[in-house]
Amino acid sequence: MGGKISGQAPGCPYIGTGGGSGTGIASLINGTVDIANASRQIKGEEVDEAKSNGIEPVEHIISRDAIAVIVNPENPVNELTLQQISDIYSGKITNWSEVGGEDRPIVRLSRETNSGTHVYFLETVLRLSSKEDKTLFSMDTLLLPSSEGIIAEVRQNPNAIGYDGLGYVPDDLKMIAIAKEAGGAYVLPSIETVNDKTYAIARDLYMYTNGEPTGVVKEYLEWILSPEAQQIVEDLGFVPALTPSPSP
Amino acid sequence: MEKSLNWPEFVITRLIQTSGYSAILFVALIFFFLLREGLPTLGEVESKSLFNIRWYPIESYFGILPLLTGSLIVTIGAGLIAVPFGIGTAIYISEIAPRWMREILKPLVELLGGLPSVVLGFLGILVLSPFLRVFLDLPTGLTAFTGSLLLGGIAVPTVVSVAEDALDAVPRAYREGAWALGATRWQTIWRVTLPAARSGVLTAIMLGLGRAIGETMTVMMVTGNAPVLAVKLGSLFSPVRTMTATIAAEMGEVASGSTHYHVLFFIGMVLFLISLGVNIAASSVVFRARKRAERILS
Repeated sequence: MGGKISGQAPGCPYIGTGGGSGTGIASLINGTVDIANASRQIKGEEVDEAKSNGIEPVEHIISRDAIAVIVNPENPVNELTLQQISDIYSGKITNWSEVGGEDRPIVRLSRETNSGTHVYFLETVLRLSSKEDKTLFSMDTLLLPSSEGIIAEVRQNPNAIGYDGLGYVPDDLKMIAIAKEAGGAYVLPSIETVNDKTYAIARDLYMYTNGEPTGVVKEYLEWILSPEAQQIVEDLGFVPALTPSPSP
Repeated sequence: MEKSLNWPEFVITRLIQTSGYSAILFVALIFFFLLREGLPTLGEVESKSLFNIRWYPIESYFGILPLLTGSLIVTIGAGLIAVPFGIGTAIYISEIAPRWMREILKPLVELLGGLPSVVLGFLGILVLSPFLRVFLDLPTGLTAFTGSLLLGGIAVPTVVSVAEDALDAVPRAYREGAWALGATRWQTIWRVTLPAARSGVLTAIMLGLGRAIGETMTVMMVTGNAPVLAVKLGSLFSPVRTMTATIAAEMGEVASGSTHYHVLFFIGMVLFLISLGVNIAASSVVFRARKRAERILS
């Protein structure tokens, strides 16, 4: 979650820097930034560290995002269950023919470990949201430093499987429809399927501030949650935070 | 009177002396800093798990062996490319090429050395790695070999530039002596000029290898960064994760003072010690060669 949501509120200077969620939160802890964007919730140990530096992280949910699992358009595989994706990334499944594809080795692509997306994918997909599950990424998983790296590799390599935020996936790559369990419906990621909770891999996106925001930071956060800014969020392929959740 | 005339000289001498000593001071300070931040690792991580084969720091797996072997395999690969190619180019430029050709080639090679490594990384991702995947029929083109090729390319200008200077410094009388004895051009190069320039050529190789092992951006972009133990020959054609890429990718994120932070500095320490070892080995070889030369001449 780098500079993608980099709108400009009136009269508010905004300078965005990149890096993973860990980088943003580490900068907030060190007191070098006013706002840290993060695609994962702050960890307990990070809160403790911030407090010992005299910084009080406050959480703001600013939008929602789906993680799309992407493959090369030449790959005939269109749908996978969460369990199959978990087995692919943990190394139990190593050939596309095991999930209905061609006889090709699977090349697993992931973001670096400092990416919030990496941690989220580990917890939600590899470990199927189970706290006891200690499944790890297969050791030969390629850890690429940027979304762009993953997209470049998937674009030219029919063996590759990768994942990335829905807003980052270009049109020329194929997204996989995902079923929560075997026999369930296969669902493609989109704003609708994230909001009606049928798509399995979706999460909240956060901004953290030091204490309750004041001054321009407050103005900025108010602007972020305004319909105007949330329209930008939607235009970029993310899911607006303001969308009223469907009645339970 | 004489004293007042001399004081600028005094100041200048002291300034030069200070800048000379400061190099030693800086290296010492850097090493001290690395030790201070890196040594706590030994208390926090058992040596058994430090030399394990899994690197997954967010779950406290701190096995540095995959990173160590990853760096070594990429560097050795780069050396195998850069050394013959670099020295060959240096010999051509200094001994064989006509003057006009030399005047074009040398600046061009040096220009190549000025290419930012991130640009080479881009070329690697977009051109070299897709090509290698198809050409060598690999699962992915992001491999140690891709890194070696690009690092070789980065190290070549260094090797060429320094080795060419060394060959150029060999007195013309040596070559003329060889020709007078009836040696062919090749015999002269191989048996006379190259051995005479040996210490300079060795320095060239060491500088080139140093450049390769310390290079970060390119390897991070093209080697795939998978922390797999690289000990088989086939590892050259699979993804690896180097020590430099690990530090670069993870240092921005760690909480300072954490175990992960200390381990990253420990890796920096290992990297520093490797370069130090390579340099000491190189200078001892050069030193021995010089002594031998002195013995022969005396």
